[in-house]
Amino acid sequence: MTLPTENATFWRGVVDGLPFVLVSAPFGVLFGVLATEGGLNLLEILSFSLVVVAGAAQFTALQLMLDNAPTIVVLASALAVNLRLVMYSAGLAPHLGGAPLKARLAAAYMLVDPVYALTATRYDAQPSMPMPLKVAYFFGTAAPVMIGWFASTLIGAALGTQIPEAYALDFALPIAFIAMAGPMMRTAAHMAAAFVAVVLALCLTWLPYGTGLLVAGLGGMLTGARVELMQRERITP
Amino acid sequence: MIDRWQLWVVIAGLGLGSYAMRFVFMGLVGRRPLPEWALRHLRYTAVSIFPALVAPLVVWPEATGGMLDAPRGLAALAALGTGIVTRNVFASMGAGALVLFGMLYWF
Repeated sequence: MTLPTENATFWRGVVDGLPFVLVSAPFGVLFGVLATEGGLNLLEILSFSLVVVAGAAQFTALQLMLDNAPTIVVLASALAVNLRLVMYSAGLAPHLGGAPLKARLAAAYMLVDPVYALTATRYDAQPSMPMPLKVAYFFGTAAPVMIGWFASTLIGAALGTQIPEAYALDFALPIAFIAMAGPMMRTAAHMAAAFVAVVLALCLTWLPYGTGLLVAGLGGMLTGARVELMQRERITP
Repeated sequence: MIDRWQLWVVIAGLGLGSYAMRFVFMGLVGRRPLPEWALRHLRYTAVSIFPALVAPLVVWPEATGGMLDAPRGLAALAALGTGIVTRNVFASMGAGALVLFGMLYWF
């Protein structure tokens, strides 16, 4: 069996990554629109997407800044949303850890949810894939996803100036967050984590500087981990 | 109005922090796997932070001066229910938007 070339593998990645542009583009557009409504200019909005490259954290930071939360709370909460990236990095380390430093520096910048999902699946299905092909596939999937994210943010920023305030956009962000969280409720542990986090968040709004959110998030994490352990013990006593 | 200083500090800090999280294992720690207890807690970060962030916005929406109102509350329930049942982000957003605009138009 002959191996495909790096070039062919790159394009295979592009083809696999393209459908995910449709998944992330609405969020990019929404971010651009809401950031414009929040008073950010084009340069600020594009910088946000170029520097951070993480939709959920960008939404979190935007919402908290509009709520006048202090900078340290904005950063802590948005970074907490991004903690899953550590998990992605650890997941790909066995496959890409031996790649040249330049490739790893660039790959880290582009490690977003769809790219992780695609590459992790592919590497697991084909563990014998040589390193250069793994790298080529990674950048292939990342190319359309990255370009789509920046472009959709720009489109949203352009649209934002056109949409009148009467459209109840204040509630677009909560709906977007709920839409992202709903499909995550895969197990009882996920539901317990979310439930505890919600109860704590509602009970702790009196805490200063929005720190209630951090306590609630931590409480949810501990609950989820605990319930997962309890379930596992019940299955294998 | 968002303070410009705060905005740029947040963009830079969030960018650096997120990059560090993406690079740490792939770039520095290498092949040593994360301990199981750490992975177990990391799994529940997003599922805790999103609902905690959203709950106060649903119960005390700013647009109504902090009063719970029917269109927003029911839109949130519709989005959550649809999301759990269909596991589809867009069906969930669509259901939420439909209920919100439907009710705002109706009343």
